[in-house]
Amino acid sequence: MNSSMLLSITTFVYALASVFYIASWTFKKDILSKTGMFILVAGFTGNTVGIVLRWIESYQLGYGRAPLTNMYESLVFFSWTMAALYLFVEYKYRERIIGVFATPLIFLAIAYASLSPSISSRITPLIPALQSNWLIAHVVTCFLGYAGFAVAFGFSIMYLMKPDMPGPGSLMSRLPSFDTIDELIYQMVMFGFLFLTIGIITGSVWANSAWGTYWSWDPKETWSLITWFVYAILIHLRLMRGWHGRRISWVSIIGFMAVLFTYFGVNLLPGLHSYAFLTLDFLPILS
Amino acid sequence: MTKKISKTRAGNPVWNFFTSVKLTVVVLLLLASTSVIGTLIPQNSSEAFYIQKYGEVFYNLFSSLDIFDMYGSWWFILLLVLLSINIVVCSMDKLTNTWKIIFPQKVNFNIERFRRLKIRECFDIKGDVNDALARCEGIVRGEWQTTVKEDAVLKEGAVSKENALSQDSTGKTLMGGGVIFAESGRWTRLGVYVVHVSVLLMLAGAVAGSVWGYKSFVAIPEGETVGGSYLRGTNEYIPFGFDLRCNSFSVTFYDTGHPEEFKSSLTVIKEGEDVLTSDIVVNDPLRYGGLSFYQSSYGTHSARNVALKITSSGSGMSYVKVVEFGQTIDMPESAGTFTLNEFVRGYNFRGHDLGEGFVGTFIPASPMGDRGDESMGIQRDESMGDKGDQNVVSPGVEVYMPLKFPSFDKMRRGEFIFEVDSYEKKYYTGLQVTKDPGVWYVYAGFVLMIMGCWITFFMSHRQICVEITPKPGGIGVTIYGTSTRNSQGMKLKVMRLAKKLKTP
Ligand code: HEM
Repeated sequence: MNSSMLLSITTFVYALASVFYIASWTFKKDILSKTGMFILVAGFTGNTVGIVLRWIESYQLGYGRAPLTNMYESLVFFSWTMAALYLFVEYKYRERIIGVFATPLIFLAIAYASLSPSISSRITPLIPALQSNWLIAHVVTCFLGYAGFAVAFGFSIMYLMKPDMPGPGSLMSRLPSFDTIDELIYQMVMFGFLFLTIGIITGSVWANSAWGTYWSWDPKETWSLITWFVYAILIHLRLMRGWHGRRISWVSIIGFMAVLFTYFGVNLLPGLHSYAFLTLDFLPILS
Repeated sequence: MTKKISKTRAGNPVWNFFTSVKLTVVVLLLLASTSVIGTLIPQNSSEAFYIQKYGEVFYNLFSSLDIFDMYGSWWFILLLVLLSINIVVCSMDKLTNTWKIIFPQKVNFNIERFRRLKIRECFDIKGDVNDALARCEGIVRGEWQTTVKEDAVLKEGAVSKENALSQDSTGKTLMGGGVIFAESGRWTRLGVYVVHVSVLLMLAGAVAGSVWGYKSFVAIPEGETVGGSYLRGTNEYIPFGFDLRCNSFSVTFYDTGHPEEFKSSLTVIKEGEDVLTSDIVVNDPLRYGGLSFYQSSYGTHSARNVALKITSSGSGMSYVKVVEFGQTIDMPESAGTFTLNEFVRGYNFRGHDLGEGFVGTFIPASPMGDRGDESMGIQRDESMGDKGDQNVVSPGVEVYMPLKFPSFDKMRRGEFIFEVDSYEKKYYTGLQVTKDPGVWYVYAGFVLMIMGCWITFFMSHRQICVEITPKPGGIGVTIYGTSTRNSQGMKLKVMRLAKKLKTP
């Protein structure tokens, strides 16, 4: 069994976990969400083993590099970080139903990696600019940050869906209290902000060690900075009176759109790389 | 006196404008939204490119707004300046207060404040009030000191006891219960300031870098020495203050054809002496004399050990001769001499560029011996087009050997056919040379930013209060807790403490 096969299987395990969480919510059976959690842990294990296996395979091919350098690998890793973060939150907050709003995202990222025909799962060697430990630090922290924002996004949707006066015993009344969701959103945003900050910083230290410029206003860099600004705005809005709950949820959704654009959308922009003469894709891991 | 200052400050509309978090939100919003423009419109391209892409009218509009170099435009810089002033003023404004909280002259707690808190646990226990108090104090002291242990400041985690009902007229301690307060992490309130200062440091470093630093480029052929580099943009020559020699350059490839490593061996020469030799690869630059040299590109400069295959049309024999640039060799079969002149990047043949190749001159022994076919017109210089026709001493025939088309010279239909058999490339290495005295401020900002975010997001100033009151038939206990953030965590802490107190 090779890594891509294992990761394809993982995709279906994650799908199953989401189904269980959603079923538990709709049919009001706690046992289903508990099962969902165990399936999620199984998927997470498969995801972990898949990444490690891919690492080993790259050594067998003679390239020997961390499996974090192209779209396929980054999406797989994105699922992994989201799953890890979500499991931690579920454990810490002892709230299970919130999985309904997080597990589908975990599934979607890895499904996109496994199923999209435009994303190749081939292991390719690393060009010189990417051979840096900063690269690993950069990718890991960026995706931890994205995971925080993704989970915050899921919770924001939950907040907005919950009616002010859910009927007793209704589907919506099973969601956590507004205060808890609000705090969860902010916790996730803070987690994401810290790691996006470290991600941008490690990326810029890496750029400085490879190219002698820590910041070059490359579209990818600029978009990650825009994302960072959006969440800095969220943080300050929350410190101003009156910005809680619904409004913060909207800002968090906008922030996540910026994340998605940084991740996928930048490739659609006029790709003018400041260092085109290098024939290297600048900051390619994020592409 | 401090009061006076803050009073005048508070009344000052300019001061109020800059202390407002609203301004922060507006400025950050403007920074975020205008930054988008620079990712939609390519930056720092040529005028021709822009006119072709956007037309004259939009070109004029955009360039009057500095859109083509927007991250360096006056209005973008102005936004950054506004942000900086905002941070400075706001922090000064808040710090006075925060400072008082963190370093109070006298630590005092107000039970009323705690009684209004949402996070609380109420329960009854049995037993003696003083015992309960002592036990509770022991537990709290143990718990809160461990959370504070990492911090050497004594004030933190200090447990003060306030026995509100504990004295009667005789001075004897009553079984009146008491209140225990504990706290930890006062200093974490400083985290926000660390974050804000780090933003200032990074901006200061960026300014220092653009004022006192530069970015430049130089290409050094293997074996050659240069003394300076050329600024990006203006191409102005900037001397290093020393010389730099490229000893060698090498590139290795994976079997897939992807490049694996670019490596240059560089030597710093000062006053004629080699002072430092170092290999650089991408991601591992050479730093010397305040400058950094980064491996950033490479190319073929020329070649050495060029092996030529010379085939005689007459005898059909092939000969291989190794030759260097500028060297003249005797032709086989005593047919004359051949000189290898140069390596060219491009070569025009009837309007086509034949690409990289070698150029040499063949001088036949007998002037008319190798006329070649003039109609081929392969000479680069038109004035030499009819040589050999005259009976004067011929400068010879120019021979061009393109790398891409090895048998090209056959078409000349000369007496000899020249072909490149093999050669060693002589590379040049392309170095990005930067001087950035601001980078260490930026890096210091990075470190502070991460530390500050960590402190503000994951640590907090926590306070608890345990109120123990005697009740008929037992003891009433209430635990209140508050924290600057993570109320869930505080709730759990309070619940855990309650559990401990309940189990005797
Ligand atoms: C890019 C620039 C900035 C960044 C990255 C930044 C970041 C932060 C962070 C991480 C926090 C902590 C939030 C929390 O406690 O959860 C914070 C709080 C705060 N920031 Fe900023 N900030 C920036 C600019 C500003 C500016 C210009 C002001 C000026 C008004 C400002 C005013 C505040 C205030 C008043 C607080 C709350 C402090 C407190 O809790 O006592 N920030 N900021």
